[in-house]
Amino acid sequence: MSNQPIIQVRDVAKYYGDEPALAGVSLDIMAGEFFSLLGPSGCGKTTLLRMISGFDVPDRGSISIDGVDMAGVPPNRRPTNMVFQSYAIFPHLSVAQNVAYGLKRLRLGRVETKRRVEEALALVALEGYGGRQPHELSGGQRQRVALARALVMQPKVLLLDEPMSALDKKLREQMQTELRRLQRAVGITFVLVTHDQEEALLMSDRIAVMFNGSIAQLDSPEGMYRRPVSRQVASFIGMMNFLRADIASIDPSGATVNIEALGSALLPGVSVGKPGSATIGIRPEMLTMLYGDHATAERVFRGKIVDTEYYGDLTLYQVRIDDTATVVTVSMRNTAGRPILQAGDRTRIGWGAESLVLLDPLESAK
Amino acid sequence: MQAGRTVTRAVAVPMARDWRGLLLISPTLVYALTMLAAPLALLIIMSLWTQDVIEIRRTISLDNYRQVFTEPLYRVLMARSLLIAGVVTLVTVLLAYPIAYFVAFYGGKRRGMWLLLITIPFWTSYLVRIFLWKVILGYNGVLNSGLLGLGLIDQPLTFILYNANAVVITLAHAWAPFAILPLYVSLSRIDHSLLEAARDLGDGPVRRFLRITLPLSMPGLIAAVLIVFIPTVGDYVTPRLLGGTDGLMIANMIEVQFGKANNAPLGAALATSAMLIVASVALLFLWLNQRSLRRVG
Ligand SMILES: Nc1ncnc2c1ncn2[C@@H]1O[C@H](COP(=O)(O)OP(=O)(O)OP(=O)(O)O)[C@@H](O)[C@H]1O
Ligand SMILES: [Mg+2]
Repeated sequence: MSNQPIIQVRDVAKYYGDEPALAGVSLDIMAGEFFSLLGPSGCGKTTLLRMISGFDVPDRGSISIDGVDMAGVPPNRRPTNMVFQSYAIFPHLSVAQNVAYGLKRLRLGRVETKRRVEEALALVALEGYGGRQPHELSGGQRQRVALARALVMQPKVLLLDEPMSALDKKLREQMQTELRRLQRAVGITFVLVTHDQEEALLMSDRIAVMFNGSIAQLDSPEGMYRRPVSRQVASFIGMMNFLRADIASIDPSGATVNIEALGSALLPGVSVGKPGSATIGIRPEMLTMLYGDHATAERVFRGKIVDTEYYGDLTLYQVRIDDTATVVTVSMRNTAGRPILQAGDRTRIGWGAESLVLLDPLESAK
Repeated sequence: MQAGRTVTRAVAVPMARDWRGLLLISPTLVYALTMLAAPLALLIIMSLWTQDVIEIRRTISLDNYRQVFTEPLYRVLMARSLLIAGVVTLVTVLLAYPIAYFVAFYGGKRRGMWLLLITIPFWTSYLVRIFLWKVILGYNGVLNSGLLGLGLIDQPLTFILYNANAVVITLAHAWAPFAILPLYVSLSRIDHSLLEAARDLGDGPVRRFLRITLPLSMPGLIAAVLIVFIPTVGDYVTPRLLGGTDGLMIANMIEVQFGKANNAPLGAALATSAMLIVASVALLFLWLNQRSLRRVG
C-alpha cells in the first residue's frame, strides 16, 4: 500500500428523480489498499461503484483513476475490472473460456493466453477446472471464476460488488480470508462493496461508511470501531450502549460529562463540542462483570440481570442499573470457570472513562 | 445434472401415476391418432399404389418415388420450394431479429404493448393479407403508382408480382410474428449483467453482440428458423395467388396431382417425399438447437 491515491472521487452526485442516490461524495482510494464501502441497503454503494467502473455516469463531480479523468471513458476502456454480485459467468463458455474472455482481445497468442488463464485459475485454487461448464460449478467456485476472470486482466483496480452475499456463512468466511490473502499477494487495489460490517472490519485497510448517499465516516477498521463519529455509525458497526449525557464543561484536560445512571466522568482529550446534551457510547465488551466481592474496577455500578443470551464463546447480559430504568448490554467471554448468570441474578459491573465515546455532542439520545 | 434428476424421479414414480397421465391426455391422443397418424399412414400407403387411368391398382411398388426423384419437373419444383423457403426464412429472421432485440432490450414497460402490436397482422385473415399484398405490389398497385407519382420510375416494376419475389415478400411479412416471438423470448432471458461483464472485460458493442447476445439467443434463432421454414416449404396458397408460373412450388404440384391430374398415388408420393426432406432439415436444426440449448442452459 502506498500513499499515492489511485482513485480520486470529487463531489460525485447522482439523482434518480429528486432523490439523491449519491449526494456529493469525495474520497481518495490509495494504490494497493483494500478499501470497503459499507452501508445499509439503498445507501448508494453500488451506485458509487458503478460510477467508478463507468457503467453509470455521475450527474455532478469527477472521478479520476491513476491520474486520468474518467469523464467520457466507457467501462471497456477503464483500467478497472468488476466482480459482479451475480458473478455474471458466461453460461455458454467453459471455465477456461470465461477466464480467457478479456484476454482474447489482447491477442497474446495461444500459449501466453493459456499460461495466464492457468495462472489465474491457480490463484483462486481452481487448477484443473478449466474444462468445466459453469453449471457444473458450486456457488463458491463460480465466484472464484468471476474473480479469476477479472484478475487475469491485471487491472489497476478490482471492484467487487457484494461478491460474497450469495454464499453460506461457512463458505463466506473461507472466501473472505482467501480474498484478503489474494489481495495481499497480487497487490491490486480492491474496492469492496458490502453491507456486512464484520466482513468490512475483517478485510479492509480502510472503510467508508455510507448512509443516504453520503459518507458518514472514513477510517481504518480499528478507528471506525473505537471512535465512531456518530450514533448512526456506532450502531452500524458492532454493538453499542447509548446513554444520555450532559457536557458540563470542556477544558484542556478534557470534557466533564454527567452520564445518566453512571454519574459524572472526565473524558480525557475530548475537546470538541460545547456544553449541552450529548450521547455517550460504550461497547458491551468494555463493561466488565465483576465476579466475587473482591474484584474491582476504576468505576463500578450495581444492577440486576434481566436477560441472558448464550452464544457459546461469549454471553450477552442485559443488565438493569439499580435505581434506574436504564438497561445496558454487557458482553463477557466464557473463559474457564466463569459461571453463566441468569435473569434475576444481581451483579456488579466495572467500567472506565477511557472506553467512553462521546457522540453527537449537540444531539440528545432518544 | 437436470437430466439426472428427471431420470431418478421417473424411476421413483409408481406405475399408477403413468396411467393417470395417459388418461389425462387421452382425448388429445385420440384426436392426434385419428386426425394425424391415421391420415399419415393412409398417405404413405397410397403413395405405394399406382394410378391406372381410372382406377387405382393396389399393389405395392416404388414406381411413384422413382418418378418423383427422376422427373426433372418435380426436382425443379422441390429445389425451388426449398430455395424459396430458405430465402423466406433468411429474410424473415433478418427482419425479426432487430425487432425482437429492440423489444427485449429497449421495450421497457411497454414490452407488452409492442408484442401486441407485433401480432396485429394476425388480426386479419391469411387470404386478406395476400390480397393486400397483391394490391400493393400489382402492376397498377400502390407501390408502383407511388413510385411513378414521385417520378422515381418511368414504368411500373414487374419483378415484384407473379413471381418468386412476391412469394418471399408476402411470406416474410406473414411469418414475421412467428419468428419474433421465440427470438424475443430467448433475447429477453439474457441476463444484462452478462453484457456488462463483457463490456467490463473490454468488449465494444459489436463484439458484445457477437460473443454474448448472438450465441445466447441461438435457441430462439433456431426455433424461429424452424417455425418459418417448415410451413413455407409446403405452402401453396401464396405461390398459387402471387407466384405466377415461376413462383409455383411443390405443394401446388401435389394439389394438381390430387385434383386435375387425377393421380392421387403420385401426389401422395410427392407429399411424402417433401415431408421426408423437410423432416431431415428440421431434424438437423433440432439437433443444432439441442446443442445450443445445452450450452446455454
Ligand atoms: N436505476 C435506478 N433507478 C432509480 N433509482 C435507483 C436506480 N438505481 C439505484 N436507485 C436508487 O438509488 C439508491 C441507491 O442504490 P444503490 O443500488 O446504490 O444501493 P446499495 O447501497 O448498493 O444497496 P444494496 O446494499 O441494497 O445493494 C436506492 O435508493 C435506489 O433505490
Ligand atoms: Mg448494491
